Amino acid sequence: MSRITIPEESELLELNLGPQHPSTHGVFRMIATLDGETIVKLKPVLGYMHRNHEKIAEEMSYIASFPYTDRLDYLCSMSNNLGLAIAIEQLAGLEASERGEYIRVIMAELTRLVNHTAVTGFLLNDMGAFGTPLLYAFREREKILDLFEAASGSRMMCNYIRPGGVRADLPEGWLDQAKAIVKAFPKFLDEFEGLLSENEIIRQRTLNVGVLPQELAINASITGPMLRATGVDYDIRKVDNYSIYDRFKYRVPMGQVGDVYDRYYVRILEMRESVSILQQALDDINDASPYISPKGKAIAKAPRTFKPPKGETYGRIESPKGELGYHLVSDGSNKPYKYHVRAPSFINLTILEDMCLGHKVADAIVILGSVDIVLGEVDR
Amino acid sequence: MTGFGVLRGMGITLRQFIGTYRFGKWFLKLIGLDEGSGITTVAYPEVKQKHAENFRYFPFLVYDESPEDMRCVACKICEQECPPQCIHITMEKDEKGAPTKKFGRTYPAQFDIDVSICMSCRICVDVCPFDAIEMDNDYEVADYGRGPEMNFNRDKLLKSAEYFGKIKPTEHAEVEARLEPKRAKAKAAAAAAAAKAAEAAKPAEDKPADEDPSDAGSDKGDAS
Ligand code: SF4
Ligand code: SF4
Repeated sequence: MSRITIPEESELLELNLGPQHPSTHGVFRMIATLDGETIVKLKPVLGYMHRNHEKIAEEMSYIASFPYTDRLDYLCSMSNNLGLAIAIEQLAGLEASERGEYIRVIMAELTRLVNHTAVTGFLLNDMGAFGTPLLYAFREREKILDLFEAASGSRMMCNYIRPGGVRADLPEGWLDQAKAIVKAFPKFLDEFEGLLSENEIIRQRTLNVGVLPQELAINASITGPMLRATGVDYDIRKVDNYSIYDRFKYRVPMGQVGDVYDRYYVRILEMRESVSILQQALDDINDASPYISPKGKAIAKAPRTFKPPKGETYGRIESPKGELGYHLVSDGSNKPYKYHVRAPSFINLTILEDMCLGHKVADAIVILGSVDIVLGEVDR
Repeated sequence: MTGFGVLRGMGITLRQFIGTYRFGKWFLKLIGLDEGSGITTVAYPEVKQKHAENFRYFPFLVYDESPEDMRCVACKICEQECPPQCIHITMEKDEKGAPTKKFGRTYPAQFDIDVSICMSCRICVDVCPFDAIEMDNDYEVADYGRGPEMNFNRDKLLKSAEYFGKIKPTEHAEVEARLEPKRAKAKAAAAAAAAKAAEAAKPAEDKPADEDPSDAGSDKGDAS
């Protein structure tokens, strides 16, 4: 009697998510092939926001690339600056000033807080908790952005860190302001966790969803919180001890399963560690030394006269999203001969299909959110 | 216990909701909130958020006494260094192609910044050897077109040093301290040049006073 007949073999449905879709975190497109509601194939399509950063950088002085790195991962402009500054220092054999190093570490860790608050907020948004957790996170983030504005002049496009130090000294009273914000931050984290970590709905949506096996993560060169969520102890701050990270005491949080929940929770714990680094750095910062080394100052003043010796280098840092590296080749002129960015979100994204297979469409959105991508960096 | 996590979350949301009202201080303290912590937005444009002194938006040109007396000498360093190449400068020249001077220095005939391309990076300010260009903090520049409306010309960009001192007192003081010795030197050089010119003018009245090679040399010396 039924008018609906079910075919013997079900037909596959191709579903196009994005590129103009709020939950794809920018202009990212996923072509999902569905069997019922289960994903059997997923093809990411990239490149909608390609801006030719690497080629443009080869046409201008080393310093002039800094404002463009702000626009790579626009949530973490400070750490993007830091990565390039470290690569240039390696290339030219420069040293950063003592105070400059401290300011950089403070900025980089504040950036980590900014990024992780934003990404956890957005992750919850993807799960359907519209607004509330995201806006609590943004409220906190805004306070840190105010600090960035006071120091660098801009909330997001900071363009602040330079080879040899930072572009300008901290304004008066900045350190006290920063101390107050850092001191209040754990309270926000407690509240945020109270809202989310034990929430049954969130646990159901994230536990054992999008599991990334450890082996696969290593083989695909996944880095950052995504790798550590699978239980690998790999943090470039510890491995390379770049800048002055060896002076601080902090731990590297790790997950066990490598699912979405682990990725969320690793980020929460990382924020707590960042707070501890910040407290130490804000207490130890030295007022006497200059904010930038004299050589760095000369370079910032006359970028075109800066000609690093012939050679090549790969400078990397632990950006909030993973390993951010800059490959620079110098031919002795004032422009880089080759300039390449190893963007963490791009490489972390390569694994998306493996994590999504067998899950439902709604889970794919959550898994994508937990990867923590920013399309400015993926497409460059 | 199942359901407890959700209830706890709702409690936190409720507390934050209460925080958006202006209750007494003691009450907010009781529920563990700071006063005004829930009110974070302002009703722009009636109320404007206060921004930091360092806040930067678009660059502008600084003049000292009058708009004629601009600090820029049209050396084009900023034009070269600007990453998106949005500055266009031509130096004022006479018919023969030699740069004309005002107040003893060359100046731009045309100085355009396309603010729709400018990315507010502040590199032009960092590289200018004469402190002639600074960052403004006026962000209300919306207009109805993005062609000529967004291409700010020299006269639109020129703002007084006084204005700069008002928006960024700290930076202004630094710049003044840096410029003071230079100004004294320039004054002395100008006085010496004038004396020399007067001396030279005695035997031969028709010798032109401008285009003094020693003067141009001192300009360059300042730049380095
Ligand atoms: S660098 Fe300074 S003096 Fe030279 S053209 Fe630009 S604004 Fe004028
Ligand atoms: S702020 Fe940057 S983009 Fe704008 S004019 Fe100056 S150098 Fe060019």
